[in-house]
Amino acid sequence: MEKKNDSPVERLYNGIIRENPTVVLMLGMCPTLAVTTSLINGIGMGLSTTVVLAFSNLIISALRKIIPDAVRMPAYIVIVASLVTVVQFLIQGFVPSIYDALGIYIPLIVVNCIILGRAESYASKNPVIPSFFDGIGMGLGFTISISIIGTIREILGAGQIAGFQVLPLADPSIGKAGYTPVSIFVLAPGAFFILALLVAVMKVVREKMAAKGKPLAAAQGAAFTGDCSSCSMSATCGGKSIYDRINCADSKNEKIESKKEEDEQ
Amino acid sequence: MKAIILLLVSSAIVNNVVLSQFLGLCPFLGVSKKTETAAGMGAAVIFVITLSSFVTGLIYNFILKPLDLDYLNTIVFILVIAALVQFVEMILKKNVPSLYNALGVYLPLITTNCAVLGTAINIVTKDYNIWQGVVYGFGVAAGFAIAIFIMAGIREKIQFNDVPHAFQGTAIVVVTAGLMAIAFMGFSGII
Repeated sequence: MEKKNDSPVERLYNGIIRENPTVVLMLGMCPTLAVTTSLINGIGMGLSTTVVLAFSNLIISALRKIIPDAVRMPAYIVIVASLVTVVQFLIQGFVPSIYDALGIYIPLIVVNCIILGRAESYASKNPVIPSFFDGIGMGLGFTISISIIGTIREILGAGQIAGFQVLPLADPSIGKAGYTPVSIFVLAPGAFFILALLVAVMKVVREKMAAKGKPLAAAQGAAFTGDCSSCSMSATCGGKSIYDRINCADSKNEKIESKKEEDEQ
Repeated sequence: MKAIILLLVSSAIVNNVVLSQFLGLCPFLGVSKKTETAAGMGAAVIFVITLSSFVTGLIYNFILKPLDLDYLNTIVFILVIAALVQFVEMILKKNVPSLYNALGVYLPLITTNCAVLGTAINIVTKDYNIWQGVVYGFGVAAGFAIAIFIMAGIREKIQFNDVPHAFQGTAIVVVTAGLMAIAFMGFSGII
């Protein structure tokens, strides 16, 4: 962060556009794929995550000088898990239909990389107010991205937006012309295809922006960068990037094997 | 016996954890470059999820349920899983070095893998008893191992293919995952 500018507006802009967690940072892909079968599910998941993110950032930032460095990860996890439990009961009590649709993915907000990622990379180093707005910005960025993905899947897969039929369906029995839903898009494989398109488009955009001299923020999702040195979890991975360690072990073995072959020759 | 096999098949293949529930996607994409590493990761996941299903089952049935503390599920499970993985790592390092050398590097990666927590919570919501829970956990983990091993095999072949520029890298892997998901949907008729 070369320029120090932590006003609430700047934080919101950063979360929604510049470092959008789904599109730019490529974090939190499990819920992105799982719950985006419709617009409503996307919004429900996004807003629950936003609430957890804003308050976990707030609490962690407020406690940043009290929590000892060695046990910060377990401490963060307890804070996040408590907030998730609260949000889970609120959803169950007030919007049971969303609770049924999201199911297991609500408790799994605990292991969403966006939350621990922001705790580790922002809230643990910055004052309370910017941290709170950072959480809201990131959460809204997540909500907007997964709502858009949800809308695309719902239109392609069912011809609906938020449950309303926007594309009239074809009915061959009475010879009515119309839209035939591509139902694969609301099923599991469709989620993978949409994600693949997103990754491919972002790869091109990233290269175009870098060529223009305005590079985007680096992707942090461990699976998408091939290593987790920038990931929130690197601390729990024994200090160093676990993907690095695995890939290093691989290349070391290869070297040993090729050396053996040379020796034999 | 029939019920156990049915549970295994449904958790491992029909409702595959990665391809139909999207849990454990990070290691699925991140550690599937080679079949050896994929096999190591699969074995480590089988070990940890089976063990954690048993331990969280014990804690749920003998501590949380009798004391009406069900609402602490998420908090207790994630802490227990994190502690358990660390503990297993220490024991293996000290007592079974050969197993540690095979699985050690993968263990920390599994702590925050959503498949482990997801399985523990699924067992509670599906009302399985401890033994059904262990079988279910083993099935889920075996499903993960199958999926990641197939994926690694395909990725080794993809390296020699002419992939369009934009799809090189992660994108083609995700397309492959989508095709595998379609293939696995074919199993949904068998139960």
